Amino acid sequence: MTVEAERVAERVARQFYGKLVAFLAARSRDLPAAEDALSQALVDALRVWPERGIPDRPEAWVLVAARRNLMRAARHRSVRENARPTIVLAFEEAEARMNEVATDALPDERLKLLFACTHPQIDKGIHTPLMLQVVLGIDAKAIAQAFVVSPAAMGQRLVRAKANIRDTGIGFAIPDRHSLPERLSAVLSAIYAAYGLGWDNLDGADGGCSGLSSEAIWLCRALLSMLPEEPEVIGLLALMLYCEGRRAARHNAEGEYIALDKQSTDRWNAIMLAEADTLLRKAGAANRFGPFQCMAAIQSVHAARRLTGLTDWDALVILYDALLMMQPTIGARVSRAAVLGRTKGPKAGLASLDAMDAREIRAYQPYWAVRAHLLTEVGDYPAAEAAYLSAIGLSDSPAVRCFLMDRLTDVRSGVA
Amino acid sequence: MQYALIVRESSRDFARRADPTYRDGWIAYTQALIQAGIMTGGAGLTAPETGTVVRRKGEDHDVQDGPYPEGKEQLGGFYLIDVPDFDTALEWATRVPVSAEGSVEVRPRLQM
Repeated sequence: MTVEAERVAERVARQFYGKLVAFLAARSRDLPAAEDALSQALVDALRVWPERGIPDRPEAWVLVAARRNLMRAARHRSVRENARPTIVLAFEEAEARMNEVATDALPDERLKLLFACTHPQIDKGIHTPLMLQVVLGIDAKAIAQAFVVSPAAMGQRLVRAKANIRDTGIGFAIPDRHSLPERLSAVLSAIYAAYGLGWDNLDGADGGCSGLSSEAIWLCRALLSMLPEEPEVIGLLALMLYCEGRRAARHNAEGEYIALDKQSTDRWNAIMLAEADTLLRKAGAANRFGPFQCMAAIQSVHAARRLTGLTDWDALVILYDALLMMQPTIGARVSRAAVLGRTKGPKAGLASLDAMDAREIRAYQPYWAVRAHLLTEVGDYPAAEAAYLSAIGLSDSPAVRCFLMDRLTDVRSGVA
Repeated sequence: MQYALIVRESSRDFARRADPTYRDGWIAYTQALIQAGIMTGGAGLTAPETGTVVRRKGEDHDVQDGPYPEGKEQLGGFYLIDVPDFDTALEWATRVPVSAEGSVEVRPRLQM
């Protein structure tokens, strides 16, 4: 009986965590309290259900229990703090509203939660971890692992961020028409970062994906279900699906890294890529181009090799030019230089790299990898060797390091 | 802020130091640190068997030839770097070419 109860409680937590927290937090505007109340309710469920039986609507049971915990905590606090009548009033209003709403029509307030987590007043660096914890219930340790951050530090930052939301009174509301594009962009960037890629990564093709890529895609799909006509949301989903669809081909059976242009297209997930193509077309129909649609379009050019056998490098230059106008990042600039190396020759690519700010690229691995490759093509082997060493030293992936070492060996032995 | 990146390796790793590919990885990483302008010190150390451990025994000393008795991982060397914050130090730690059997510990330098 206890095992059954555990299974059901776990299912409720997995399927409904985000919705429940959103609903509780929206009314109380107190994220830490909402999470505590929900955790406590799940603990109560594990204690009570084995004795009294599992309810027909377990998620409704958990919600009612969590609400009770919240109100108990608020009254406790208001008595202590000696007058916060507004909180108690808000709860009583909420309780009245809850009783009106049919229990199976749990309003989906996750969208408000996503906007709250990426509010401009919150430090950008904590947007993604906040979102992952608050909407998906992922714990601080797992988030720390995914982003290579000290677990204790991550825990502290999340606690501070949530207290900040409560203390500065950040609202749980969907932004108005005027501020929506900018606020939405912050949400999309945070989801993209959860996927493991940021604006600094090279072109989505080989970005180090965090262990939370399926969670990121799930979040984007949830966002899309709430904002089905927003082209940039569609664009982000298409972008991540293009990357996911090619993931299997990035390493061979021995775990060796395979560069994009050498990947065997029959190891690509055709279904995922087809879905990405469809999404991108749908986004385009809205005629509101943006950076995520642009990056998705770039990936669709690469993905088209499975149908045409070729890569349209000229189209890529045009798309990178467009991307740089919207989002001038070092990742986009380096990628464009690589593509220019194909359309106009390695000297043109190198010239483009030379024009970049030395301070920005000093520790930027993709710059050195692309530079090494172009220098090899131009025939400047000593410089290529030095660039390969830099690229190797800056790599955090053993497979990529191995790959670059092989190229370095080729250069040294004159086989390049 | 200054941090130490303390590298520990397995005995298999130490045996691999003769392999030019393994060596190249370390040369490349050190070059990257210097190029980024953040390396303020550090040293590679010879294999643990070449060391000798000195302990106190009351008023006397106890002297044992290496390797250091506890642990499969042994100290291989360390880097001292100067970077803006702990997160950045961790980022550089992920680039250290330790094998699956090694580790990199990041610890702030003591300010005197």
